Amino acid sequence: MSVLQVTGLAKSFGGLKAVDDVSFAVEPGELLAVIGPNGAGKTTCFNMISGQLRADAGTVRFDGTDISRWPARKIWRLGVGRTFQITATAPSMTVRENVQLALLSHHRKSSNLWRPATTMYQDEADRLLDRVGMVEQAARAAGVLAYGDLKRLELAIALAHAPKLLLLDEPTAGMAPGERTNLMALIANIVADEVISVLFTEHDMDSVFGHADRILVLNRGQVLAEGSVDEVRNDARVRAVYLGGGGTYGGSAPNA
Amino acid sequence: MGFYFAQFLTGLASASALFLVASGLSIIFGVTRIVNFAHGSLYMVGAYLAYSVVNWLPHGVFGFWAAVVIAALAVGVLGAVVEFVLLRHLYRSPELFQLVATFGVVLVIQDAALAIWGPEDIVGPRAPGLDSVVRIFGEPIPEYDLALIVIGPTVLLAVWLVLNRTRWGTLVLAATQDREMAAALGINQTLLFTSVFFLGAFLAGLGGALQIPRETISLLMDLNVIAEAFVVVVIGGMGSVPGAFLAAAIIGELNAFGVLVFPQVTIVLAFLVMAVVLVLRPQGLLGRPEIHAHAPAHVREAPLQPFGHRQRLAVATVIVLLAALPMVAGDFTLVLATDILVFAVFAASLQFIMGTGGMVSFGHAAYFGLGAYGAALVVKHLGGGMVSGLVAAPLAAGLGALLFGWFCVRLSGVYLAMLTLAAAQIVWATAFQWQEVTGGDDGILGVWPPGWLADRTAYYYLALVVCCGAILALRRIVYAPFGYVLRGGRDAPLRMAAIGIDLRRHQWFAFVIAGVFAGIAGGIYVYSKGSVFPDELAIPRSVNGLIMVLFGGIQTILGPIVGALTFTVLEDQLSRLEYWRAILGAVILFVVLIAPQGIVGGLARLADAVTDRSMREAER
Ligand SMILES: Nc1ncnc2c1ncn2[C@@H]1O[C@H](COP(=O)(O)OP(=O)(O)O)[C@@H](O)[C@H]1O
Ligand SMILES: [Mg+2]
Repeated sequence: MSVLQVTGLAKSFGGLKAVDDVSFAVEPGELLAVIGPNGAGKTTCFNMISGQLRADAGTVRFDGTDISRWPARKIWRLGVGRTFQITATAPSMTVRENVQLALLSHHRKSSNLWRPATTMYQDEADRLLDRVGMVEQAARAAGVLAYGDLKRLELAIALAHAPKLLLLDEPTAGMAPGERTNLMALIANIVADEVISVLFTEHDMDSVFGHADRILVLNRGQVLAEGSVDEVRNDARVRAVYLGGGGTYGGSAPNA
Repeated sequence: MGFYFAQFLTGLASASALFLVASGLSIIFGVTRIVNFAHGSLYMVGAYLAYSVVNWLPHGVFGFWAAVVIAALAVGVLGAVVEFVLLRHLYRSPELFQLVATFGVVLVIQDAALAIWGPEDIVGPRAPGLDSVVRIFGEPIPEYDLALIVIGPTVLLAVWLVLNRTRWGTLVLAATQDREMAAALGINQTLLFTSVFFLGAFLAGLGGALQIPRETISLLMDLNVIAEAFVVVVIGGMGSVPGAFLAAAIIGELNAFGVLVFPQVTIVLAFLVMAVVLVLRPQGLLGRPEIHAHAPAHVREAPLQPFGHRQRLAVATVIVLLAALPMVAGDFTLVLATDILVFAVFAASLQFIMGTGGMVSFGHAAYFGLGAYGAALVVKHLGGGMVSGLVAAPLAAGLGALLFGWFCVRLSGVYLAMLTLAAAQIVWATAFQWQEVTGGDDGILGVWPPGWLADRTAYYYLALVVCCGAILALRRIVYAPFGYVLRGGRDAPLRMAAIGIDLRRHQWFAFVIAGVFAGIAGGIYVYSKGSVFPDELAIPRSVNGLIMVLFGGIQTILGPIVGALTFTVLEDQLSRLEYWRAILGAVILFVVLIAPQGIVGGLARLADAVTDRSMREAER
């Protein structure tokens, strides 16, 4: 059974159809890349899957359960973790505390009024930070981190409740090329280690072609193509969307 | 039938006056995003000025109306001056700073009016030519009321024309709808903002000047009108002039007819309508949702540090010193010290909801007062002792916060601030009007502690134990997971849902906690004073709490204590002087403009600078 099964998903903002009848599935242990020009509807799709946005139409099934109308926090409890394209971390907390916050929620301790929070799940937080290479920065305020480091912190937070499905929205945006390769390799390792499925969006085509098991191409809210790396790489319509606007595979494509 | 029609006309007449004040407030808010507490003061000055000018000009129809216009113009200039000197420096500051600063202006204007026109209420002149009544369906209707009913819509039309038919008006509307875009279009903002203040203040002054034949002129006019004007602006939609008109009509009629049905709760009705509107349609009846939401201007905060040995030692030392105080201090000092302890808890609970929780509360006095009344009512009606009173205090406040919090956590920013203010006004109005239970204006007397605590020193020790315990408990909560969730929700609300946290529920609970602690303060307070009056629930009490938090620095947990100490001592010293309000107002303005990090924040920065310098010197 698919981990994630999306059918007929749709969302409009005013008159704009941001996502229009999108269907796809993610299999266990699979790394599915969602690509498409800016404004194609990738983030909107993610927001509907993880419950940040209510879909206008369509269903989202996770492990067979229909989660289409569920609030984000319940979807998270079911085992869906995510990172945000525009990072959402608490700048006034340390890197470790940001991870501890997710762990506190995972262990259902978020309403505790008495125990000092910094002492709780410290080791667990450090293990997660270690995996994304951030443990040296654990005591720094998240507000002073470089952008790439914030992205890695987001990943550590998303891993805190050992999710079955990870949604990564442009996990390497703003990183230097070397850093980017490392992070993609790290994500691939995590998938291999713990039978986790990953849905990620990415503008860097080297990362996509190098690591994705399958690729889904969105354009103007619709599925343009879906298939293996080679199928998508050679698809004429995909080439048209990316090359037709004068953009290259790596650059930011025309705004829809 | 005739009677109801007369009542309807009375409603419209008061709606006109309310509309004038509220439309000015709404235009100012729409463009500058400043919640101008001093708007009521401009209204009051308009009334006083009109009175003086009427007496100065030759009597007659011309003299009266000329005086009204001159007064309104003068108030317009006053508004522009206040904007130019003070408020333009605060456009990028958090709401707290803006509100407290405009309240500083309220205090200064209050004392200026006191100095110029004296403390006695003044009965204004009748309007020449409009000083009798006409009979409609057999009911006497004052002619002047009819004039007001005409003036309101006329002014609405004039303002509408200015806003929709002039280039200046187009700029104002553009700025109201989308401030960023207006800035991007290269609109000369400084000039626009100053002129908007002129117009808004002019309308307030006009409203005040037109009131003098109907209402006695007094120093209470400012705060009496401001709460109702806020209600009208919020119901109508911030920035919408037609909305203000509609809302003023609704409130005017609600008052006119409400008084027939529920004479006890007319004020409550207005605030109830506002609360319902805010929850169902937060942008108000005719308001538009903001395009570029005003990003909350947070003071950047450093991660929390647990107390080290030195801090623990310092806290212990302070507590020991406080415990030793009765050995050296007389009764008078102990009373003051008890007040400081009480207000430290009150301010700490406010800091908890604002600083840690990131939720602006302009009506925290509600929970302080609910605590005080909760205890007093147990004594008065149930004959309970002090222990039951002190249990009832946090309970009553907590229940109030549970009720109001449910609505409040659904809003944010100034809308949240307005709703908290409305909640406090509902409680205040209830205490004020529900004579049989609360004693109304006369309050509840005779709430004294039992004999063994009657001695000042003994009661001081009780206050010391309870208040220190409360503050340490609050601090504990801030450092606990719950406090972290609140700060996380303040900093990154989106993230909370994405790590499985029901932020709204936590915020609701935080409201209750803040209420409970404010209630504890109220309970200790009422037994130290022996009585409670509606003043404990009124706007100045809420603003005092905000000033304490501001003095201490919003982002530090120690701040409120220093703020309460400074403010209470300052108020105690100043209140012996004749014009203490003006001096306090000036101090407030000074802090807002010069030391926005507050005293603790300012000292911390100073300490940082000094350590930096000494470290650099050591490196050399
Ligand atoms: N909250 C919103 N309100 C209005 N329009 C939106 C909103 N979110 C996204 N959009 C629009 O929907 C389209 C898809 O956006 P998005 O999902 O962010 O694209 P992508 O992530 O692929 O770049 C864009 O045209 C964007 O402007
Ligand atoms: Mg996106």
